[in-house]
Amino acid sequence: MTPAAPLLRWLLLRLGGVVFVLWAVSTVTFFAIRLIPGDPAEAIVGGPGSEASADALADARAEYGLDQPLLLQYLRFLGRLASLDLGRSYALHQSVASVIADTLPPTLGLAVVALSVAVVIALAVAAWSVRGGRAASAVASFLEVVAAAVPHFWLAILGIVLFSTALGWLPPVSVPGPSGLILPALTLAVPLAGFLGQVMREALLDAMSSPFALSARARGENENGVFWRHALRHSAIPAIGLAGWAFGSLLSGAVVVETIFARPGLGRSLLQAVQGRDVPLVVGVVIVVALGYMLVTTATDLAERLIDPRLAARAVSR
Amino acid sequence: MSPRVAGSPVVSPQMVRPLVEVGALTVRFARQETPAVAGISFDIEPGECVGLVGESGSGKSVTARALLGLASGACVDADMLRFGDTDLRGLSRSRWRALRGSAGGIGYIPQAALVGLDPLRPVGREIADTLRLHTRASAAERAARVIELLTAVGMPEPELRAGQRPYELSGGLRQRALIASAIALGPRLLIADEPTTALDSTVQAGILDLLHHLQSEGTAILLISHDLAVVSRLASRVAVMQAGSLVEFGPTRRVLDAPQHPYTRRLVAAVPTSQPRGRRLSPSALPVALPVALPVYTPPVAEPTAPPREIVLEARGLSRRFGERQAVDSVSFTLGRGETLGIVGESGSGKTTLARLVLALEHPDAGEVRLFGEEWSTSPEGQRRSRRPLIGAIYQDALSSFDPRLTAGQILGDALRVGAGVGEAAAVETATRTPASRAAGGDNPWRTDLAGLLDAVHLPQATATRRPRFLSGGQQQRVAIARAIAARPAIIVCDEPVSSLDVSVQAQILDLLDDLQSTLGLSYLFITHDLGVVRHASDDVLVMKDGRVLESGPTETVFSAPTADYTRALLAAAPEVSS
Repeated sequence: MTPAAPLLRWLLLRLGGVVFVLWAVSTVTFFAIRLIPGDPAEAIVGGPGSEASADALADARAEYGLDQPLLLQYLRFLGRLASLDLGRSYALHQSVASVIADTLPPTLGLAVVALSVAVVIALAVAAWSVRGGRAASAVASFLEVVAAAVPHFWLAILGIVLFSTALGWLPPVSVPGPSGLILPALTLAVPLAGFLGQVMREALLDAMSSPFALSARARGENENGVFWRHALRHSAIPAIGLAGWAFGSLLSGAVVVETIFARPGLGRSLLQAVQGRDVPLVVGVVIVVALGYMLVTTATDLAERLIDPRLAARAVSR
Repeated sequence: MSPRVAGSPVVSPQMVRPLVEVGALTVRFARQETPAVAGISFDIEPGECVGLVGESGSGKSVTARALLGLASGACVDADMLRFGDTDLRGLSRSRWRALRGSAGGIGYIPQAALVGLDPLRPVGREIADTLRLHTRASAAERAARVIELLTAVGMPEPELRAGQRPYELSGGLRQRALIASAIALGPRLLIADEPTTALDSTVQAGILDLLHHLQSEGTAILLISHDLAVVSRLASRVAVMQAGSLVEFGPTRRVLDAPQHPYTRRLVAAVPTSQPRGRRLSPSALPVALPVALPVYTPPVAEPTAPPREIVLEARGLSRRFGERQAVDSVSFTLGRGETLGIVGESGSGKTTLARLVLALEHPDAGEVRLFGEEWSTSPEGQRRSRRPLIGAIYQDALSSFDPRLTAGQILGDALRVGAGVGEAAAVETATRTPASRAAGGDNPWRTDLAGLLDAVHLPQATATRRPRFLSGGQQQRVAIARAIAARPAIIVCDEPVSSLDVSVQAQILDLLDDLQSTLGLSYLFITHDLGVVRHASDDVLVMKDGRVLESGPTETVFSAPTADYTRALLAAAPEVSS
């Protein structure tokens, strides 16, 4: 057996799973959004308040195929999906793909910056507390619980009041450029850092007091060496395991943060699409998010195997 | 053994200065009333091996750590703490680090060989770290030296092994890698903390040979062990610790042959190998004390001419395969009432699978197990269930076999209820399968109440309210034994019941099992890798390797005249106290 074979098989299985999940997610979304009372045709001609004429509504229905039976609509929808066509947004009158292409990059940028900041904060607090003894541990643990429990909207408002209104250092709404990114990124990063810090600190403490850390010290390794060469790697495994969840937390956080800071992005588009009953856009965003989820979990699984080959050995022998 | 056994290095005035001198060393942990180490003094000559013996918690490892400056969180105090020309008292952190693992410094093999290496790094990197920390060797030079070192410690295929992670190596190979990392730069002193614990006896022998070889090349060794047999193989002098104090320090032969301190005498007497079957190992003041006076049942083994042997358990051609591996391969044996059948073998020899087959927790691929002459392994579980109390089990890790939320009393209460549930049915059966003398009178030796059960295993009544986690290892095993006998079994499967216990505690548990066997007429299937224990505890023995029985017969016959090469190798590898 070549060593690549089990990995390839694993990847193929994953791919099959991805296709299945995408179908399930889009189907559920397609039907769920129709359960919201109201007429999608109104959304097409300008929203619920537009008082469009009956003719205009009928034209819109005919144009978007809404006068067909629901099952037929669903099959058409699936057919378009299979050819990678996400359809046209009702409200924005442009293709869903182009809406997503416009709004995904700023959200991804925000998520990556927020995740990096969260890792740095979590690592700094964990590293300090692991070497600071019992009191430092208690302080760090308290900070982490508070950070993890704080809701995004409250943090965002606090940040605006403190840094924009009172101190005037940062803009209250997101402006292009780095200064506009600071508050939204921090808002997303702080709760995430709380969760990451908790699991990393636990693993670090474990590793620093483990027999292999004692072996390292007996070799003449100093505390920095034990931390960077041994303990850090052990804390990375649970932290990476959390990354899939973190991705979800960042996206749901993005909905809130992008709305509060009036920042263009996927989260805000999703909120507007749901409010305006813009079925194609909602389905499109949900599919992209689900795809992202699965990419992240696959990447974290691979990363864990790379760090701890025991996992790969176990998975193969099963 | 080293030639320096002869003579007494301590008194000789023109001897070279000792390499290590420890005077009145005291180590105290915060929040603890008594010091972990209380004013001990000893010395180590250059190139000498000194053994440090004592039970867990006696302060051996703390002493070792004090010599390395690694007694973290402790307050170390000494009149004298010298290594070579260095006064170790008040040494700065960086000077401590320069000493650890360096050329002419102190190497350390930590306890727990199996987890002493970082599981996420290749072992070669761990060894290279010693070189990186103390020399300016380039990465290529380090890699080359790692291969040399692995070869020197007897690692097969060193190039391959250097790139592997600990989980890919056996326990013995991991220990060799740890030794390589400790001796990489040629320390003058090597501290080995329980270097052979948790290793099979043939592997143990190899590690001891390696340590002996290092010593013959001039490295002084402080050998820490709870096992007198291991220490007596290498050490020219032995220091015995008890509860933080040094109770005896002198030449190995003198300490073993004529121990001065009562504790040392107890320790020497407790080594099972040195005592034949039936001899009590612990000088416990408690007699064979079951709470009720009862006529003592004499197991048939004591008199071979006594009533015909009653077979309680029989295995016929048992086989079990797991994937590629034949775990158990056509094993047959019989176990008579009141007898003990020992099953020896190294890890992976199929002992535990055999136990699970006997307990009908695992289904055999071929063969069958019969209980009291009736179908057992071939019965459907529904028919087996009512007879399950007939076979009890105790395991090596008693603690993990308990529900952590229950107190000892609740655990035993549950077991008693199971016993009572089948009690009425079993009582009839008990009457038929126990000697008339016992069943007739009201003197039923089976205690059906909690208090009686605790008495039977010599536990204080207060134990009932405590959770097992807060009991000592010996007490935990006693609770496990009490739980096993609560359901009134005829047979107990003992899977390494004393392997993780200190010798003197081990002795008490073995004595307790002996007492219960003679009062309750129990039969034991006694599984262990420890030849000393099996020799002491069993009437017959079964030697297993790779799932097959290599040899079987009466224990003394097998041990005094082994016919299989493997048995001979096992016996030769087992450390014994005699030289």
